[in-house]
Amino acid sequence: MNILVCISHVPDTTSKINFVMDNTLFKSKGVQYIINPNDEFGLTRAIWFKEKHGATVHVIHVGTAAADPTLRKCLAIGADKAYRIDTPAHDGNHVAHELAAFLKTNSHDLIIAGRESIDYNGGMVPGILAGILNMPFIPNCVGLEIDGNTATGEREIDGGREKLKGTLPMVIGGQKGLVEESDLKIPNMRGIMQARQKPFEVIPSSNAMALTKEVSFEKPAPKAAVKLVPADDIDQLIELLHKEANVI
Amino acid sequence: MSVLVIIETEKNKLKRNAAEVASYGVGLAADLKTSCSAIAFHSDNADSLGQFGISKVAVVSNVPMHFDANTYADTIAQHVQQIKATHLIVSSSADAKFLAPLLAAKLNAAYVPNVVALPSATNPLTVKRTAFTNKAFANTTIEGSCSIIGVGNNTFGAIENPVSCDVQSVVYNPSTSLLEQVSIEKETGKATIADADVVVSGGRGLKGPENWHLIEELAEVLDAATACSKPVSDMGWRSHDEHVGQTGKPVSTNLYIAIGISGAIQHLAGVNASKVKVVINSDPEAPFFKAADYGVVGDAFEVVPELIKKLKAFKALG
Ligand SMILES: Cc1cc2nc3c(=O)[nH]c(=O)nc-3n(C[C@H](O)[C@H](O)[C@H](O)COP(=O)(O)OP(=O)(O)OC[C@H]3O[C@@H](n4cnc5c(N)ncnc54)[C@H](O)[C@@H]3O)c2cc1C
Ligand SMILES: Nc1ncnc2c1ncn2[C@@H]1O[C@H](COP(=O)(O)O)[C@@H](O)[C@H]1O
Repeated sequence: MNILVCISHVPDTTSKINFVMDNTLFKSKGVQYIINPNDEFGLTRAIWFKEKHGATVHVIHVGTAAADPTLRKCLAIGADKAYRIDTPAHDGNHVAHELAAFLKTNSHDLIIAGRESIDYNGGMVPGILAGILNMPFIPNCVGLEIDGNTATGEREIDGGREKLKGTLPMVIGGQKGLVEESDLKIPNMRGIMQARQKPFEVIPSSNAMALTKEVSFEKPAPKAAVKLVPADDIDQLIELLHKEANVI
Repeated sequence: MSVLVIIETEKNKLKRNAAEVASYGVGLAADLKTSCSAIAFHSDNADSLGQFGISKVAVVSNVPMHFDANTYADTIAQHVQQIKATHLIVSSSADAKFLAPLLAAKLNAAYVPNVVALPSATNPLTVKRTAFTNKAFANTTIEGSCSIIGVGNNTFGAIENPVSCDVQSVVYNPSTSLLEQVSIEKETGKATIADADVVVSGGRGLKGPENWHLIEELAEVLDAATACSKPVSDMGWRSHDEHVGQTGKPVSTNLYIAIGISGAIQHLAGVNASKVKVVINSDPEAPFFKAADYGVVGDAFEVVPELIKKLKAFKALG
């Protein structure tokens, strides 16, 4: 089984979010980048399939060389090969079409992406990709089993879970639950050394199109100071929530 | 050109979020000086959309009873072509976020999720959406002839605008499904994080799972959904479905009550879109107080039982 894990490269979760160039561009200076957390769960599950069933694990990123350290980290954790499609990522539609063009000539049995990237939160790349390729798709996936040619996945729905079954090739939008937090791997020295020898291929863009453009950014308006209510005057809290905030 | 609102149903009844997406669609159609209609699956009260300004609804019944993303997307795509819709409106539910990208691929449409307001400009269409997990907004322009706008939960609201509503049953021939539903587990009768008006959330300050009756009782009085911080689900005190924050479920509710939660940046990012935030924490320096509207500095084990008692009395008064 050949697994392709789609990696997005995002600001660390503690990053301060600021903009430059008249609020038209995210200020990446001084920001630490990481593997998108949802993708890390997917990658770890893929490596589990490799260890248990001898799958091959490839990772792919659509973007500039800025993400190379992130892809190297994926190799150090256990992926066998990295691909980078060499174009700045413009939007979800663009990334999905670049990935689709790649998959048309480099077929894989299972494509694992994340539920959403934590920067632009599009939550759309795996779904658009599945739509273009007419493959089954399981989003918000919190459990995945493969048996021969059949994949069974569980997706989180509002207030519950749904178990779905389909035939490979399939696209997954993964998140925590695919593996647990404690299963995530930290690259060790041996992994880092091995990563240097692993294949890393940079491929040209297929010139896919973006359909949206972020023209400017804004930060939320600063918040008024909190109104503190003494712990022995809960009546006052109820009064405020009822009369002032109008929420109970 | 026309606007089409995609309405979700549950057990043949419109879901609560129908009012908000319908209101958005009607507002957008007014801005674009065009008409607005809706499509719903398996609905027996679609005419009630008239209350929110929808005068025409197409109801589809020849699709699976359970939400099946592929057949539903295919049906909607055929309807879009039939009525020449150019702007599609969806909610931010788990099902809508499943459906919208598949539809975007079928229609070669731009999909913009988490939109918080009507467009600030119509040429090119420019919408404001959340980005960086609520740490910022992105003003986004949309290219191309077809677009799908995902309305953020509780961002636009429901706007009453009664008109008479014509419901027509329509039939399309969608392609067969690509997935088989093996099972579905869903808590019925309980509010969910996605559509509750109130969410009550507990953190590590509650000390252990045996104390969660406090969260549950408070949630029950308020008809609220329950949630938790990440370490609480990581330690297995609560199910992982309840984990909210940047890497968990997003919360965008009217009232969010955080108990024994410090307010780490990753937690705040995921819950900040909620309108009113109440924090109960024994540490006056807890960062969450900076992001809260109302706060109580105190021991949860004293404050929460008191709050439950007083709220019960308040509710009993009606
Ligand atoms: C990559 C990454 C992603 C993350 N994603 C998320 C996420 O999505 N969601 C999330 O929640 N976290 C996330 N975190 C974790 C986050 O950084 C914090 O560690 C976490 O939110 C802390 O949880 P907590 O507030 O429950 O616990 P703590 O930080 O331990 O806070 C407990 C609070 O309880 C208070 N307290 C103690 N006793 C009492 C009492 N008797 N009465 C009242 N208050 C009391 C304390 O004063 C303290 O403020 C993430 C971290 C990383 C690194
Ligand atoms: N530039 C990219 N390159 C490769 N995969 C991506 C890229 N952007 C997003 N993805 C994948 O798509 C998922 C959802 O991203 P998004 O639609 O941007 O929220 C991510 O978790 C990744 O798995």
